[in-house]
Amino acid sequence: MLVANWNNYPRINARLWEFRTENEACKLLDSLSRCIPRGLGRSYGDCSLEKNIISTPCFKRFIALDQKQGILECEAGISLDQILKLIIPRGLFLPVTPGTRYVTLGGAIASDVHGKNHHLHGTFGRHVLSLLLLTPGGEIVDCSREKNAELFHAVCGGMGLLGLILSARIRLMPIQSAHIRQITIPAENLEHLMELFEVHRQSTYSVAWIDFLGRGRNFGRGLFMLGEHCLSGEVTCKELSRQKKSGINIPFFMPGWIMNKQGVRAFNHLYHLRGKSGTGCSFPDLDDFFYPLDKVHNWNRFYGRKGFLQYQFVLPKEQSRPGLEKIQAHVQASRLLPYLAVLKLLGPQAGPLSFPFQGYTLALDFPIKPGLSAMLSALDRLVHNLGGRIYLAKDARMSKHDFLKGYPESGRFLELKYKHDPENKMASLQSERLGLCAKTY
Amino acid sequence: MRKNILILGAGSDMARALCAELAGGGYDLFLAGRNVDELSKDAKDLEIRFEIQAEVFYFDALDFDSHAGFYEHLNPQPYGVVVAFGLLGDENRARRDPQEWQRIINTNFTGCVSILSLAANRMEKAGEGFIVGISSVAGDRGRASNYVYGSAKAGMSAFLSGLRNRLFSSGVRVITVKPGFVRTKMTRDLDLPSRLSATPEEAAGNIYKAILRNRDIVYTRWMWRWIMAFIKHIPERIFKRMSI
Repeated sequence: MLVANWNNYPRINARLWEFRTENEACKLLDSLSRCIPRGLGRSYGDCSLEKNIISTPCFKRFIALDQKQGILECEAGISLDQILKLIIPRGLFLPVTPGTRYVTLGGAIASDVHGKNHHLHGTFGRHVLSLLLLTPGGEIVDCSREKNAELFHAVCGGMGLLGLILSARIRLMPIQSAHIRQITIPAENLEHLMELFEVHRQSTYSVAWIDFLGRGRNFGRGLFMLGEHCLSGEVTCKELSRQKKSGINIPFFMPGWIMNKQGVRAFNHLYHLRGKSGTGCSFPDLDDFFYPLDKVHNWNRFYGRKGFLQYQFVLPKEQSRPGLEKIQAHVQASRLLPYLAVLKLLGPQAGPLSFPFQGYTLALDFPIKPGLSAMLSALDRLVHNLGGRIYLAKDARMSKHDFLKGYPESGRFLELKYKHDPENKMASLQSERLGLCAKTY
Repeated sequence: MRKNILILGAGSDMARALCAELAGGGYDLFLAGRNVDELSKDAKDLEIRFEIQAEVFYFDALDFDSHAGFYEHLNPQPYGVVVAFGLLGDENRARRDPQEWQRIINTNFTGCVSILSLAANRMEKAGEGFIVGISSVAGDRGRASNYVYGSAKAGMSAFLSGLRNRLFSSGVRVITVKPGFVRTKMTRDLDLPSRLSATPEEAAGNIYKAILRNRDIVYTRWMWRWIMAFIKHIPERIFKRMSI
């Protein structure tokens, strides 16, 4: 069947293999000579695509919940959505959450996802206490910071290339309310925006939306958003209990012309106006603050049948401002315009293939159009020459050369890959493109 | 006190989904099946998610002699019983191998009669409760491709219908479930038409609704009722020449 990840590019013919128990997982992995695990397919690109895909979402049981200590253990195919439905009414929350509830626990670990609090609380992997890994050799290995530590750190962000994550124990954080105290500050330009990030370093959550179409001094016009968990009693509406919202659905692929320049301009302008009028303090619930796009089911269809690419990179802090300006000038000149641009200040780096490091990350969405590939290749060069790198979970096209430049610790990862998977059983289209195979090592 | 529901064949995909519905409805569960290790994990999952009690028992539908002891042992006696075990088997093999057709008939039909006879007597005395039997549309008419399985399910459907008739006056309800295609372990290797196929969760939702609404016979998905009504009415003279 045809399989694609969230951005609908690339779309390949693949077979999905499901399993429901640990035993079935072992047998399945044993029977396949080349495969890659895949959860709910919310990554952007080809990192979980291969002819044979081990599909994990049927393997989704809760194993243990210690409410007092805030420790949860689950099978890896469970979605963060199912976890949140269980823990929020009990006064607990994920210490790190990506922008959607519809990723699996295993996927969150394998991509070592981050959220709006990365500068303080790091990636998802930091809150994993231990995990069970089914290695390509068929062994089940218990990994944690104490046991098999090197393997543990490499599996967090390891893109499923070291084996199949079966289950994980994670630390949760206590919350008193299901609401966030959000402060929105409009920023005039990039300099102002970066200043805001610096000044508000101690705020738990911070993120900025920027208008990528602004020119010259106007570039970087945007909205800077801060958030803190509300305390008990701060918001009078239903504490912790969450009302069901059905949201809206995009029932079919939108025609490509919707994403033309005027459309993008109008959208950005409206967003800015709305933001300006909504400046100040508000109290969105957790869904509105963390997962605004989850309310629009199948929002990826906005980009048409051909799909889109999300280009996310991080630049070292000192390079960020001139770098972002250079990149913006380049994108503007190409006349290929990103719909949404999200900026965020990141904290220090975790495992060898984990994406974030100290600096600014920018995510840009581009619908697939002629000329996009050439333009992004030019951006690749800019990003890597500035000492930056691209997020593997959102990559469908980076070259091996750029990858090696961006991830200098990949050698350490390949040593482990060679040790645990000499036959190169775990492989994706991405890993083959980037040379993340035991054989090339 | 909370009521207990016994799920026989609790490891099947449809049963697992139904367990979640029942647990969500506040019932405590007895999970019975052969793979006790996996059932224990299911039980733990249900306990965490729904804050109910779930106990696990070893149960083999083919070990008829053990059934009486097994059922007596349940404490408290279940308010509801769900027969979710079943075996599709290999129809081609069943043509040559007596063991295969015996396994198919004994699992789908004899095993069901054996355990439900015990349950029916207890529930009749208690004067309340419900029985759910997961039969199949394959039991509505025998077809060349799976008539051993189909005839066993036909027997099961007839048995449930009789049981419903007998227990009506004592206030015990019997619900016959006739799934069409459901995407489960059992049908993993079949290429199912997507419009006619239910997910286990969808089927479980339909079954739970049927329990709440006192229904007698449920088809899932719903259009199977009409498809089977049509198929049942094809004259045998024509039907015997068809391959469907």
